[in-house]
Amino acid sequence: MSTSNNLNNDNESTNESAIKQLVLARLKDFFREPAAVFWVYGFPLLMALALGTAFRERPIEKLTIDLYLLSDSESQRSEILTILKKDPRLIIVESTSEILWKKRLRSGKTDLVLELNTNNLTNPTQWEYKLWDEPNRPESVLARNAVQNTILRTFLKPDAPTVKEHHLEELGIRYIDFLIPGLVGMNLMGGGLWGVGFVIVDMRVRKLLKRFLATPMKKRDFLLSIAISRLCFSIPEVIILLGFGYLFFGVQIQGNLLYLLFTLLLGGFAFSGVGLLVASRAKTVETVSGLMNLVMLPMTILSGVFFSSEKFPEFMQPILQLLPLTALNDALRGIMLEGQSLTELVPKFGILLIWGVICFIISLKIFRWK
Amino acid sequence: MTTALKCQNLKKVYKSRKEVVEAVNGLDLEIATGECFGLLGPNGAGKTTTMEILEGLLEPTQGEVEILGKTWRQDESFIRERIGISLQETKLSDKLTVQETLQLFRSFYSNGITPEEAIRKVSLQEKANTWLVRLSGGQRQRLAVATALVGDPELLFLDEPTTGLDPQSRRQLWDIIREFRSQNRTVVLTTHYMDEAEKLCDRVAIVDHGKVIALGSPQALIAKLGGEHVIDFTLANDQEIDAKVLEQLPSIRSVRIVDHHHQLTINEPHVALPALLNYLQNNRFELVGLSTRHATLEDVFVNLTGRHLRDDETNK
Repeated sequence: MSTSNNLNNDNESTNESAIKQLVLARLKDFFREPAAVFWVYGFPLLMALALGTAFRERPIEKLTIDLYLLSDSESQRSEILTILKKDPRLIIVESTSEILWKKRLRSGKTDLVLELNTNNLTNPTQWEYKLWDEPNRPESVLARNAVQNTILRTFLKPDAPTVKEHHLEELGIRYIDFLIPGLVGMNLMGGGLWGVGFVIVDMRVRKLLKRFLATPMKKRDFLLSIAISRLCFSIPEVIILLGFGYLFFGVQIQGNLLYLLFTLLLGGFAFSGVGLLVASRAKTVETVSGLMNLVMLPMTILSGVFFSSEKFPEFMQPILQLLPLTALNDALRGIMLEGQSLTELVPKFGILLIWGVICFIISLKIFRWK
Repeated sequence: MTTALKCQNLKKVYKSRKEVVEAVNGLDLEIATGECFGLLGPNGAGKTTTMEILEGLLEPTQGEVEILGKTWRQDESFIRERIGISLQETKLSDKLTVQETLQLFRSFYSNGITPEEAIRKVSLQEKANTWLVRLSGGQRQRLAVATALVGDPELLFLDEPTTGLDPQSRRQLWDIIREFRSQNRTVVLTTHYMDEAEKLCDRVAIVDHGKVIALGSPQALIAKLGGEHVIDFTLANDQEIDAKVLEQLPSIRSVRIVDHHHQLTINEPHVALPALLNYLQNNRFELVGLSTRHATLEDVFVNLTGRHLRDDETNK
């Protein structure tokens, strides 16, 4: 047996290695479970891909027009087709009966019907043009304008004024730009609750927590290792999500990268605290799952992950603004979309910090170690 | 002789709205260094509660535990560094290897043996790089003991180390425990296997309802029965012979009759058996079952409490 002096010297060096070993064990435990890896890393990407694609706000590219031509002349037919094809967005379907095109228009299979009676006249300006639209559908109205424009332009006199078209292309205003920071926030919340809350209760249920306490392991080292592991998981999570957003949808970060990093760390800290609090007393996996849902579900809806929390009524706003996920999402969007300054961000940082500190303090007071 | 563990008048009371349960009810123990000490008793006797109090994982309602001359209250970290514990039903991480698990546990101790040496002690060399999920019950249990050994403890606590294991795995664990004890180190274990206690333990405490009801070496406790052998016999048609009559036969020390089942504790089978058979023949009793065996701790327990130690034997 060694002397007590020797023991003390060793103590410092092994503390570090205990944390290291606990973190390593946690990382191995996680990465060797393919299902867990998918749910943490793969699933948010699939969600971003699905939502980003579904709510893509591109200009409408195709407009379907039914052409109902009351004429047998092949030359007249090709003449009107030439006119309409000047607008590349138009897809022309030739219809043979009124019953057919009315049905198609009613069911939304076509956006507009052009009924053309040439009266066997050769001059197109003398033809009889009739447009049938469905005024409640934006595509229909758009198609009407498009066809009107195309036809009228064809017969404009040379001295008519020219109108030039310009398009304003700005990043950061699409739905996907709004969504990605929200998903990052949601991921940090899920990570804190699963990665801290669930993991600790699972260890308690398996009596592993008790087994660890039966060794000289320090509680502080254990908690620190949980926090460090969380960090190790979160960083790749966020990088993958942001990288994915950039590569697939061109989602860019307008603001300061250091602010972003700080926000991520603070968010991770706050939700680790919430996770620890949720886990501090729970004796069964069922209890902690219920508590986690109680925390996560309302915030996923209220804190502006998928749509802005400002859509909720005015009287709810003061409460919503105090939720940690609202603060985190607002800060992330502030940095990524608007490039906000530190002074604008500080209130949100404050909310996150307070959540983290209060949760940690309460958890440590009531934590069920044994 | 130095004392490795001592406790006096240990009590643990659980209070709930409906009832007050005295899981441990005034328990005294003194275990010497180098001893292998067994806590024996039926399920629910308070063995595990007692163990957890001794291990410093549970606060006693009353009394104090002294381990290696220190108390949990004052010198927890001193004690923790010097004891090894294997709990009942710990589920270690399935996705770690044996080596990694031991490395983790080793990192908690200031001093100890290498994970490799711990693996060798429990003969798991071939499984060193195997995930725990692929270990058999016996191998897991040996690993659990290895996690207790890796801090090179002076005192080892094992709670039901062989419960549910096959005979071969049990013998392997006994060898590990004997090897540890042979270095003049102390083992405290609980079991409800009588043969285990008899083969492994220098002394046992038989615990029932949170109290020690018998204490001593297995041999001494058996000797206290008054005889070292047991004759069990049953008669046709559920007939019973009066105990007082049987006690008159030579070499017979005690008689118990439960459910038409006669159990005689005797000194010398070669004297008692012929006398018994003669008596049965003379009185025209028809024998349907007869066996003789060495007395066990089970007999000691039955003698003390009128009950069997293991649940599955009470219905026999």
